[in-house]
Amino acid sequence: MAWFKRTKKGIQTPTENKKDVPKGLWYKSPTGKIVDAEQLAKNFYVSPEDGYHVRIGSKEYFEILFDDNNFKELDKNLSSKDPLKFEDTKKYPHRLKEAEKKTGLKDAVRTAVGKSMGEDLVIACMDFTFIGGSMGAVVGEKITRAADYALKKKIPLLIISKSGGARMMEAAFSLMQLAKTSAKLAQLSDAKVPYISLCTDPTTGGTTASFAMLGDINISEPGALIGFAGPRVVRDTTGKELPDGFQTAEFLLEHGFLDFISHRKDLKKNINKYIDLLLNRPLRVPA
Amino acid sequence: MEYLDFELPIKELNEQLEKCTVIGKESDVDVTETCKQIEKKLIATKKDIYKNLTPWQRVLLSRHPNRPYTLDYIKAICGETFLELHGDRGVKDDKAMIGGLGKIGDQSFMFVGQQKGYNTKTRQYRNFGMANPEGYRKALRLMKSAEKFRIPVVTFIDTPGAYPGLEAEERGQGEAIARNIFEMSKLKVPIIVVIVGEGASGGALGIGVGDKILMLENTWYSVISPESCSSILWKSWEFKEQAAEALKLTATDMKKNKLIDAIVKEPLGGAHTDRETTFKTVSKEILKAYEELKNLSPKDLVEKRMNKYFEMGPYKS
Repeated sequence: MAWFKRTKKGIQTPTENKKDVPKGLWYKSPTGKIVDAEQLAKNFYVSPEDGYHVRIGSKEYFEILFDDNNFKELDKNLSSKDPLKFEDTKKYPHRLKEAEKKTGLKDAVRTAVGKSMGEDLVIACMDFTFIGGSMGAVVGEKITRAADYALKKKIPLLIISKSGGARMMEAAFSLMQLAKTSAKLAQLSDAKVPYISLCTDPTTGGTTASFAMLGDINISEPGALIGFAGPRVVRDTTGKELPDGFQTAEFLLEHGFLDFISHRKDLKKNINKYIDLLLNRPLRVPA
Repeated sequence: MEYLDFELPIKELNEQLEKCTVIGKESDVDVTETCKQIEKKLIATKKDIYKNLTPWQRVLLSRHPNRPYTLDYIKAICGETFLELHGDRGVKDDKAMIGGLGKIGDQSFMFVGQQKGYNTKTRQYRNFGMANPEGYRKALRLMKSAEKFRIPVVTFIDTPGAYPGLEAEERGQGEAIARNIFEMSKLKVPIIVVIVGEGASGGALGIGVGDKILMLENTWYSVISPESCSSILWKSWEFKEQAAEALKLTATDMKKNKLIDAIVKEPLGGAHTDRETTFKTVSKEILKAYEELKNLSPKDLVEKRMNKYFEMGPYKS
């Protein structure tokens, strides 16, 4: 005999009377704080209680940085080839298709031009959700073209890095993107067009070893992981325990590789303030 | 002489030949014919083995313990004219990255390159050819000084990667490599790059941007080592042969994909089997590359170099 008996019937609310679960989406930050997704979006995707900066992509950064989310996307249709017929446990074209389906993106970077606080700004923003934000020929080419656009039109350039590094499936082609993008940035630098590098969580490998560290200023968001070798590789190679906060934005600031760290809500203001100061023009007032 | 696994048939024949010669010397038996036959077989076997090397076997050859290293090349090529220069003027002198001035014929060159050791002690001293940020900054200091005095630059690449250490991260390994790539892309003197051993990723490219990129026949150059590639993509170290295959990291593949400019032939069996010939060939190839570059104006030189890199990497538009 059952020792427990239901005295009333189970759920009795008819389906049509059920309350709508508010979006059904909650976000849990690493410290365990729970935020409603809508709240989170309103707060620049920063968890309000603990200040945790949630990883976001080009869609959100464009929204945050371009006035009224108005921008013209550049080189929208570039997509990856499979020059090496690369196959590991999966075929590379298969991986690409999967990533495209999952993310709705063509590759791991989107580039655009638009107004930010009333002035033109070119932004190249990486998307980590697309094969770990890895840099292959498309990422290299789009960043190079965005820099070239900035160069020709004399518009300041912002690159938002968020990448695990080079894309292995394009092997040496992907390695050469470090040289390709850096060469274009060298031209941009000689033309004295400002370039701001924003390193976001995570910025590692080939990205760090090229454009991410080459800004007139390099900046970041709180807590972002930034490094050349990933923390696991460093631990495995050296056999040493890594100190607390190793390779965080704060660590890089302390060691002299970042100019400042900005809360995401102040990014737009801070980037434009730097540009105004650098170009010796009156400071714009945030709307 | 050390042999790799796939070279064992050669080892066997070499031993036979040696025995044969000894017998000939110590007894009255006429071994001339037998020895000749072994020699013939040896040449045929060598040709057969080295003609059909798999990418992984080339990787093994590029790491052969008897293979000449950067300083061997420079000392052989420049002789007494070489003057080694040290230090990054900031932190220290990185022993994994060497550099200095030397002459080939009448022309001075600035040499830079990763250096490996030849026994346990020197391997440690050279940090296995894995430079720290100081190494890249030392290299850049020397290259900038070469630019100032209009001296062409030659770099020798032989590294399993930039060192992934704690201090290396603290002192900005990524920044150091990025800075070198940036500065090398616009350096106003000719840069000739020779891959003499391993060319691993950013650690290689950190001294690898140039006008002429030459790869010795039994070397590899890619974005990652086959072992690490195997561990990341296959989640196991066991697939290094497949990874080596997939990465298309041999000189032939790199040339086919237009990522390097020329392949430098090695003696049959690899650079280490006949060092003198290897040094002579490399010296000749450097001069040949320099001849093609020396009359370009700094502006044309840099423009040509940059345009070459702008072309790299296919995509669908």
